[in-house]
Amino acid sequence: MNSRFSMHLIAALAAGSFAMAAFGAADDIKMATTTSTDNSGLLKYLLPKYEAKCGCKVRYTAVGTGNAIKLGENGDVDMIMVHARAAEDKFVAEGHGVNRRDLMYNDFVIVGPHSDPAGLRGTKDLNAALKKIKDGGATFVSRGDDSGTHKKELALWKTAGIDPKGPKYLSIGQGMGQTLTVAGEKQGYTLTDRATYATYKDKTGLEIMVEGEKNLLNPYGVIAVNPKKFPGVNYQGAMHFIEWLTSDEGQKAIAEYRPKGAQLFFPDYKK
Amino acid sequence: MNLLEPTRRAFELLLEGDPRLLEAIWLSFWTSVVAIALIAPPSVALGFLLAKRRFPGQRPVVVLVQALLSFPTVVIGLLIYLLLSRRGPLGELELLFTPSAIIFGYMMIAFPILVVFTISAVQGADPRVYETARCLGAGRARASFTTLWEVRFGIGAAVVNGFGRVVSEVGCAIMVGGNIEGLTRNIPTAIALETSKGDFSQGIALGMVLMVVALGVNVALAALQGKGGLR
Repeated sequence: MNSRFSMHLIAALAAGSFAMAAFGAADDIKMATTTSTDNSGLLKYLLPKYEAKCGCKVRYTAVGTGNAIKLGENGDVDMIMVHARAAEDKFVAEGHGVNRRDLMYNDFVIVGPHSDPAGLRGTKDLNAALKKIKDGGATFVSRGDDSGTHKKELALWKTAGIDPKGPKYLSIGQGMGQTLTVAGEKQGYTLTDRATYATYKDKTGLEIMVEGEKNLLNPYGVIAVNPKKFPGVNYQGAMHFIEWLTSDEGQKAIAEYRPKGAQLFFPDYKK
Repeated sequence: MNLLEPTRRAFELLLEGDPRLLEAIWLSFWTSVVAIALIAPPSVALGFLLAKRRFPGQRPVVVLVQALLSFPTVVIGLLIYLLLSRRGPLGELELLFTPSAIIFGYMMIAFPILVVFTISAVQGADPRVYETARCLGAGRARASFTTLWEVRFGIGAAVVNGFGRVVSEVGCAIMVGGNIEGLTRNIPTAIALETSKGDFSQGIALGMVLMVVALGVNVALAALQGKGGLR
């Protein structure tokens, strides 16, 4: 019993150190990306296809866009896949990254509890919807983590000319999944990307209140970290991966990802 | 990475009394104090009983409480989450993601620490204290209080350790508190968040506060013990 336990322990330790060693392998690609690409299951669908082709491994860390960009700025990763156009352009302009490409887009939706306390259901106009949330004194859960979704949310409030701050505005500083969970528990509204929402729909009981607005489109870009600034990065590997993602094959794979039958990401690379 | 700049900025944030910083500090402080105040009396009483009385099943109980010492706080967080979630048995109370949930978690985390420290403090006391008190006509309860008073510094150490553990705890606090700004964002969860956002100044400032609190509480205890005289 005891010796079997220690066998397991040794095996676990060996597996752990193997994994760590593998993380450092030279031809691996390290990518920082947003929680939405991970939470939606897209990466788990997409990466094996590429990995089988290149015989390499794509190691990714899924964090908020702000943090993903920071990891790129520090040269801790080889590439980033994010959705915050202004921040992406700044990233390139400041020389941290090169060869930015449009990859795909998904869209945001405003979701809320079935009881719909602010009476949002069926509201077509985004600004009117946000005003109803604020004026109706409804709970709104914000990512509050500097992520692309958080930035998008702040921009939408600003466009609507509303200061959302108040006791019912909950800024939780966590990922999309956790934000949806809190919104479900607190019976509040939140802004979410459709992909992550699809995964959390059943768990949270939240329903789509507002969708289809032009302002709710959410484009993703891929950027390689600048090898002139960080000679240690795997620029070759990153560019190969980016080439594949924006190739016909990669773009088709993105379009074909349909968990529960609904397409979540729409390929967007224009040659 | 430049460390000086964020550190300098951290001092600035502290000196100018950044409201976000103060909210997190205040929340950490009051939830920890309330949790310890609520859980300390029953824990000390249980610790005393386990140290003094012999009853069937006493050993397993002591072993169990000691095992709880190394219980991962995230598992405690998970248990409370399942209890308080809207779909859980206590969902109707709507306590999840409130300071009350954090206090609940803190109480469960501090409980084994308080019990185990009390057991060792009481066992370390001179048994003649209890016997002498009984001989002089004290009732059982009175004699027990006399013993507890004798080991008050040991109990104080238990409380300080419990406080230190919960005030710096992050796993449970973020799971059941939800890290909501101005409501359930405390020092450790704010540090975790600010670091993930790459804003190190806030993290450094809060880290310094946490260390000063830890140092302060322990210095206070040491001073008290000094006055009481370490036999």
